Amino acid sequence: MKVSEIIGILDAELLTGEENLDMDIEHACGSDLMSDVMAFVKENVVLLTGLVNPQVVRTAEMMDIKVIVFVRGKVPDEKLVQFAKEKGITILITKHPMFIACGKLYCAGITGRGVWD
Amino acid sequence: MSNSIIRQSYVIPADDFSLAGEASSCVKKMLNQLGVPPQTVKKVAIAMYEAEINAVIHAGGGTADVEIGGGKIIVTISDEGPGIPDLELAMQEGYSTAPDSIREMGFGAGMGLPNIKRYADKLDIKTEVGKGTIVEITVFL
Repeated sequence: MKVSEIIGILDAELLTGEENLDMDIEHACGSDLMSDVMAFVKENVVLLTGLVNPQVVRTAEMMDIKVIVFVRGKVPDEKLVQFAKEKGITILITKHPMFIACGKLYCAGITGRGVWD
Repeated sequence: MSNSIIRQSYVIPADDFSLAGEASSCVKKMLNQLGVPPQTVKKVAIAMYEAEINAVIHAGGGTADVEIGGGKIIVTISDEGPGIPDLELAMQEGYSTAPDSIREMGFGAGMGLPNIKRYADKLDIKTEVGKGTIVEITVFL
């Protein structure tokens, strides 16, 4: 699924990272715990989180995650958006809470899970 | 890559959680530029980032030394923090002594050391209560 389709499904707003709109996303990870995210190893991942701080972007950077969705109406500050922009990471915001946002993406076909050994 | 060994050192600043990860970010960039395979870069980046976060959370910062060459990447994170009284316990998933302020930032869930172990090919931790901790992460090329 393309990032542009995710925007439609989640009624999301794009804050930065237009360059990734055509990227294919196969897997999703919904978590507020960054260490749990880092136990998740897959490519082409969208990260959904209710946590809004620079370490979310940092975690995505380390994991090669190119798309972050901030759920339940959380809006990151300009500094975070700029930081993501520098890293080539797309930031989306949606008013949907975590469960609904994950459910909508799952129903739309993003069923890939991470790998826990 | 040539046969020479590349060495880099970084300071991990204390008490600025927003800056944590800068050293790991630099190392990730460098490994990518050197043409290290992406999966290997990711293993090093995640393990180092978790160790860097640990040094910030628990030890007031420290240093990161990176050595690349001889078929491997060695990342050594050293701090002069309180040390780990029970390393076996600290290695268990879910065990954490991090304060609530850190949990609110998305860390401190007791996954740091287990994650480092998960991504490192070899992990060596030397720790002494009251003196500090040295975490040596090896990833083979």
